[in-house]
Amino acid sequence: MSFDLLKIWRNEKSREIIVQIIVLIIFGWFISWLAGNVSGNFEKLGKDLSFEFLFIPAGYDINQYLISYNNRDSHLRAAVVGLLNTGLVAFFGIIIATIFGLFLGVLRLSKNWLANKIAYWYVEFTRNVPILLHILLWHGIIINTLPHPKQAIDILDVSYLTNRGFYIPKPIAEAGIELFYLFTIIAIIFAILFNKFSKKRQENTGKQLPVFWINLIVIILLPCIALILNNFPISFSIPELKGFNFRGGLHLSPELIALTFALAIYTAAFIAEIVRAGILAIHKGQREAAESIGLKPDKVMNLVILPQARRVIIPPLTSQYLNLTKNSSLAIAIGYMDLVATLGGISLNQTGREMETMVLVLLIYLCISLSISSLMNWYNYRVKLVDR
Amino acid sequence: MVFDKQNYVPGTHPDLPPPPGTVGIVGWVKNNLFSSLSNSILTILSLYLLYLLIQGGLSWFVVDAVVNANDKPSCRKIGDGACWAVIVKRFDQFIYGFYPLAERWRIDTSFLLLLIAAAPLLYPDIKFRKYMLIFSCLYPFIAFILIKGGVFNLLMIETNLFGGAMLTVIIGVTSIACSLPLGILLALGRQSRLKLVKLLSVCFIEFMRGVPLITLLFVASTMLNYFLPPGTNFNLLIRVIIMMTFFSAAYIAEVIRGGIQAIPKGQYEAADAIGLTYWQTTRFITLPQALKISIPGIVNTFIGLYKDTTLVVIIGLLDPLGIGRAALADTKWNGLSTETYLFVAVIFFISCFAMSRYSLWLEKKLSTDHN
Repeated sequence: MSFDLLKIWRNEKSREIIVQIIVLIIFGWFISWLAGNVSGNFEKLGKDLSFEFLFIPAGYDINQYLISYNNRDSHLRAAVVGLLNTGLVAFFGIIIATIFGLFLGVLRLSKNWLANKIAYWYVEFTRNVPILLHILLWHGIIINTLPHPKQAIDILDVSYLTNRGFYIPKPIAEAGIELFYLFTIIAIIFAILFNKFSKKRQENTGKQLPVFWINLIVIILLPCIALILNNFPISFSIPELKGFNFRGGLHLSPELIALTFALAIYTAAFIAEIVRAGILAIHKGQREAAESIGLKPDKVMNLVILPQARRVIIPPLTSQYLNLTKNSSLAIAIGYMDLVATLGGISLNQTGREMETMVLVLLIYLCISLSISSLMNWYNYRVKLVDR
Repeated sequence: MVFDKQNYVPGTHPDLPPPPGTVGIVGWVKNNLFSSLSNSILTILSLYLLYLLIQGGLSWFVVDAVVNANDKPSCRKIGDGACWAVIVKRFDQFIYGFYPLAERWRIDTSFLLLLIAAAPLLYPDIKFRKYMLIFSCLYPFIAFILIKGGVFNLLMIETNLFGGAMLTVIIGVTSIACSLPLGILLALGRQSRLKLVKLLSVCFIEFMRGVPLITLLFVASTMLNYFLPPGTNFNLLIRVIIMMTFFSAAYIAEVIRGGIQAIPKGQYEAADAIGLTYWQTTRFITLPQALKISIPGIVNTFIGLYKDTTLVVIIGLLDPLGIGRAALADTKWNGLSTETYLFVAVIFFISCFAMSRYSLWLEKKLSTDHN
């Protein structure tokens, strides 16, 4: 009998199964221990696990909302407002970070010694300082060093920078704007189709069209035509100083600006390094070969270097975007009402349901991360080099 | 004497000096700053930017700055530059937090001992490495006794008095030291043939990497106690360190997994061929090579973790940033946020930059490439 047991243990297949069963037992015991503790603690405190609190009125105000909200709305709606605020910061942060990061990356590759060194020290200083400090620093600069609304910094009499935020003109749509939306969509669809067409044409005939310029003109011109046809159905609400504060216009709170700006410049430093590494990763023989067959410098970049560098750049770039989105949760430090500050902050404190709110917050972030990373895996799979 | 090339026997022409303007300072400036029109414009723009920075920065940081004052209004009376007095007055707090004055030698000693303990780990070529490694293993216990006290006539210090840079170092070093073994196990688990082990490791890693650290810290401060037997209530600092450990273990696991995957297949085949078991292969073949490749990545993870320790301020611990915010909450210093945050930023910059230089140095040293 003991001989048989030893034999089972020595067989690789059966040993694997035995080890996994042991792991399963330990894991199951651990989970049941945790669950037992949770139910014990809940019983002791007289609590229960329920998500009904989501539908009772939240009772607190949120100073910035993309969908209508007031303090009689439910906790669920407050959480959605918070999630949208997270999305807003992430969206603009990613756009600014990408543009600024590309610019810095190009400077880091430049042959100009001085510009290169300035970019280098900028990148090093930015990425070696914690993101939370960036956020607090910019928030402090806006609320402590910018003037009061009475002495606001005036930009062309339409925008004002104050320590209570920035006030900019707000476009207001009037009757007849639908044509503008329609033409914009048509222009974008045209650009996509034209891109495909010219690619096919190049593959068949070898002739190239100035795709970028034509698309740019169409995308700018078509919506403009729509505006002219309907006699400019857009008006602007201009901020005006009334009493102690500005009325009208679009108000960007100091929190929103500080958070977006800090996240953008912090992430841009990482993006710059990713871009640089991606372009340097292309073997120099590729560039030499492209130059030797007589391609011009911009063609070398667009047709030879960038398509290859893109494969190296995109995966870490996506994870930087994800980092930016996750870092936006630091909004709570300056009182910007994002998901963590609403659902995981005030809702948690008001209802006392730590377990439910935190589980929801964690799950939402997990969903965002997992969906973006699966999208990235799909992209990697599509662009990966095919071994033949 | 007439220099005419015809006068020389082929091959005996003396080397002429390079044309002027291609070597030396002039040549360097020409090549690196003014090689083309666009390059020259870029140089002039950069110079202008530098001029603005230096002119504005110097007057604010140094010339008009005030170092000695008792509060913000008296600062403003002396000069309109930075008011560094807020830092000078509270410098001790930025380093030691609220650790009792008479006991601060214990922090200094443990920090010096940390340098000695870390030396054999950071510099592989050091003399007497074997003996020093023994000390490194003992160090955590020595440091714990020194800092916390309670035995050997040392005064017991409550952890809520910990703060400042010392807290950052404690959280950072402890978390990274604990997360290394956990990270190695997770990386091995993720590469395991056992489906269940692999599944559990992947879930843990992806969960930790998928959520922001701040939410994990909230979990530590609000709901971790629910998962422990009723009645247990342990220190917030330890809860934070546990969460930080889990968080960085997930990232370290991914770094090490990269190292493991970079090992050529032949290594495993060779190990199998000479009949090594799984654990022998791991101990003698996989880990030594994988860890060596991943050291720079681990150092980078550590830099990230070290920067992330600032987040503890949100749940109420007083790291240098927390001390700074406490100073700003004082009516005497209200509104000096730029000075305070810049000072903390410089502290972090110096330590993180030094660590990233070290990581680069190590990468070069460990590299076995032949180019």
